[in-house]
Amino acid sequence: MTDKIGKISIIVSKGSLEGIYPALIMANGARAEGIEANLFFTFFGLDAIHRARHEHIKLATVGNPGLHLATWAGGLPGVSSVMTHYLAHKMEALDIPPIPEFVEMIADTGAGLYACQASVDLFGMEKADFIEQVSGIITVGEFYDLAAGGQIIFT
Amino acid sequence: MSTKVYAGTEVPVNEEGFFADPALWREEMAPEIAAEAGAGELGERHWQVLKFVRAEFAEKGTGPTVRVLGKTSGVSVKELYQLFPKGPAKLAARIAGIPKPRGCI
Repeated sequence: MTDKIGKISIIVSKGSLEGIYPALIMANGARAEGIEANLFFTFFGLDAIHRARHEHIKLATVGNPGLHLATWAGGLPGVSSVMTHYLAHKMEALDIPPIPEFVEMIADTGAGLYACQASVDLFGMEKADFIEQVSGIITVGEFYDLAAGGQIIFT
Repeated sequence: MSTKVYAGTEVPVNEEGFFADPALWREEMAPEIAAEAGAGELGERHWQVLKFVRAEFAEKGTGPTVRVLGKTSGVSVKELYQLFPKGPAKLAARIAGIPKPRGCI
């Protein structure tokens, strides 16, 4: 085997269920392997660490061809909620935690959670809007400092 | 597959050091496996995790995930990572002589 990965920094830029889960699974999986991990939430990805919003992350049912659902059907009222509930049920059976619990668990594994300064300013948010596990609101430059010496993954 | 000698008994292990036959594991082997895996000295809290892992394996045939450990072993996720910084589920499984858990969570 070649050199092992020692550190990763994952950028979470999307606010949909399918946009957030892969990043969380990769961060948690990294920590499980003893790999240092940081998560940097930017743009709509901020919803994953937003106190009021992280419980309400929905699956995108419009413009998501992978769902094999006609776009008009995906846009009907309630379809996104129903699909999200259905997936949540399946995930629980596989021991995949809901997003709020998962984010908290990842923080407990020792991974760092950071919010992107530019996005926080853009959306008029502040530190108090985020869950307490968020270590800080940082600039792009500070993110690169944090990520130094490791691999960066953009999701 | 290679073999290792723990507590005076030769046991087959895979390339990552996990026991091929969990039935060959004995408690007195754990400190030697832990030292080899870089997990340091085993304290009372480590043992609480290791015993839970053995019990889960005996019951379900697979080692518990970190989520299950954090919820039911009596040791929080935070403490699990303090006890086993290189990955609690994987490291505890190795020290407890059970196969490496293969889940993604």
